[in-house]
Amino acid sequence: MNGAEAVIACLELEGVETVFSYPGGAVLGLFEALSNSTQIKNVLTRTEQGATHAASGYARVRRTAGVCIATSGPGATNLVTGLATAYMDSIPLIAITGQVSTSMIGTDAFQEIDITGITRPIVKHSYLVTDVKTIPSVIREAFYLATTGRPGPVLIDLPKNVADAECRAQIPGKIDLPGYKPTFKGHKLKIQRAAKVLQNAKKPLIYAGGGVVSSGAEEVLQELAHRIDAPVAVTLMGKSAYPFRDGYFVGMLGMHGAPAANLAVSECDVLLAVGARFDDRVTSNVEKFAQGAEIIHIDVDPAEIGKNVEVDVPIVGDAGAILRDMLEVLEPAEHQAWRARIESLRPMHSDAYADLPGAPLHFRDVIRKLNRMTKGKAIMTTDVGQHQMVAAQFFNAGRRGGFVSSGGLGTMGYGLPAAVGAQLAAPDDTVVCITGDGSLQMTMNELATAKAHKLPIKIILSNNGNLGMVRQLQKFYKGGNYFGIDLEGNPDFSKIAEAYDMAYLCVARPEEIEPALQQALDNGRLTLVECLIDCEEMVYPMVLNGCGLDEMVMADKQ
Amino acid sequence: MKHVLNVLVQNRAGVLVRVAGLFSRRGYNINSLTVGVTENPEISCMTIVVEGDDRIIEQVTKQLHKIVEVLKIKDVTNDEYVGRELLMLRVLAEKEDRVEIMKMCEIFRIKIVDINRKSFIIEATGNHSKLNAIEEAFRPYGIQEMSRTGIIAMVRGDNKAARRD
Repeated sequence: MNGAEAVIACLELEGVETVFSYPGGAVLGLFEALSNSTQIKNVLTRTEQGATHAASGYARVRRTAGVCIATSGPGATNLVTGLATAYMDSIPLIAITGQVSTSMIGTDAFQEIDITGITRPIVKHSYLVTDVKTIPSVIREAFYLATTGRPGPVLIDLPKNVADAECRAQIPGKIDLPGYKPTFKGHKLKIQRAAKVLQNAKKPLIYAGGGVVSSGAEEVLQELAHRIDAPVAVTLMGKSAYPFRDGYFVGMLGMHGAPAANLAVSECDVLLAVGARFDDRVTSNVEKFAQGAEIIHIDVDPAEIGKNVEVDVPIVGDAGAILRDMLEVLEPAEHQAWRARIESLRPMHSDAYADLPGAPLHFRDVIRKLNRMTKGKAIMTTDVGQHQMVAAQFFNAGRRGGFVSSGGLGTMGYGLPAAVGAQLAAPDDTVVCITGDGSLQMTMNELATAKAHKLPIKIILSNNGNLGMVRQLQKFYKGGNYFGIDLEGNPDFSKIAEAYDMAYLCVARPEEIEPALQQALDNGRLTLVECLIDCEEMVYPMVLNGCGLDEMVMADKQ
Repeated sequence: MKHVLNVLVQNRAGVLVRVAGLFSRRGYNINSLTVGVTENPEISCMTIVVEGDDRIIEQVTKQLHKIVEVLKIKDVTNDEYVGRELLMLRVLAEKEDRVEIMKMCEIFRIKIVDINRKSFIIEATGNHSKLNAIEEAFRPYGIQEMSRTGIIAMVRGDNKAARRD
């Protein structure tokens, strides 16, 4: 067995069933070994970036580490955006790159690049394998690191001669990482203190993030919310952290959050943050965020605690484990007045929530219909921009890990390849990709991957001929001096669909939404639904720079 | 405020870059960084002098802990510790100055390690301020060349926390 075969054998031992890859000269051995694997399905994407996003989508739906493979040099550099995306959103990913032979490293050989150097700030850990004997321990450690504690991407750089060398190493019995000991159980006294603070709260609010999803703490969070009678606001990454049908759900908070959620943050007296990191898109002006509230912060990464806001009760550990321990000590509470106040905020809808005459088709109506028709059971991936925020506002993620979006890095081009990964992870589920004309064109090449694997992804395209979110920013911050955002030269998307053998549907008026979506959801094929949206449509509410969450812009100035 | 951190790391390729990269990426102000082996060949000790308020130092420590090869971090700033730096300087030593320079070396209890027709190389160890004083004392004669290391530090007494067996 050579090094490459050892790598594939170790991947099999880790239970890997799918890898997303792009071959090249430095990974010929790996691909040969891969061709002999009966367990692992190889998915050839159309760029390495697509492979990382697909692996990320796969990881989020399957709740395991996603694996991608690329060759040295440009193959490796093309992974950078995908690794950074996964790093910012704490998605477990294993990236294996080919490298020139160890004797050639440092000589600027053909397709040589220092990929461990380039990616150092955007991976949880990385390896340059110089000794074939270490392969089994490296792969085991990589999966352990990627999936435990705060998950994240791990890169393994494998020089050609190491891949070709004879490997007789044993699979290590236990993992030896003396410097890596993620905390799982929360500190008992801290949990008691948090429980006491919650018990004394008059207006408690739970702020749930992606950590709830990656910890699998959805159910225990729901139990806790009911126990202490506290409404729950979620972040973009935590969209599926709380069941939307439950009366405690107040929606997404932040820059384009639901008014009820944003106002609840400003009014609460105790804020319980679970697996969330007080990102600037959530807090807006930190000084004004949850000003009067005592803050309890649960996070698996100690470095997140106290990083952006001062916290009264910090608890480090796994969200699920801590919430379960909390339930042991929490008495049931009732906050009728506070709940009533939240209910009174709900109807305070901005323009975005009402059907105003004017533009014939609003993208939010497409999402709302989609919501009703899929009953919240679909997996939704999104790209980045206005369509993403509309999707986040109006799509109810009813399925575990059912909302797959690039939150931290805001990577345009994430949606389609992530949908490819998501559909492969859940072949029987409906996967919809919400995208814009700018984002889609960044990774549109992955349509070929979807076609090759007969993936019935439903791509819902919001086409406004503009880079809409940048347009919105220019409207608010640059006095409407629109520049560099007109996507003139856009292709005829119906012909794109035809070229990839997709079903194509166009929606130009509100009454066309339902029949088009019905057809798309029923046809069992790769489908493009193009929605023609007015470029003047803005996403509201919007919290402007420097403002508090309670200072939302709710509609266009008339 | 300056903090002195003793950081024990696994002695592996790439650790130094990971630590240094962390400081630059997160915009922390590093004054000096010294790395060397410890009594255990598999473990190195980095002594990092970093500037910042308590909040920043807390972040630095937490972020350092996230590096997989980092085993232990001790902020020794508020402990009784011995901190030493090494200084070497080549000072101009004309005939008429030689005796005086040698006297000064005696006073400072430092060594002349090389003698040339026109200059001495002087070696000194000590804490930061002592070496600053030495530097200033020799400056009037003309310092031709100077090199200083960062600090290495060790807590005085029976430091239980430092035991690593």
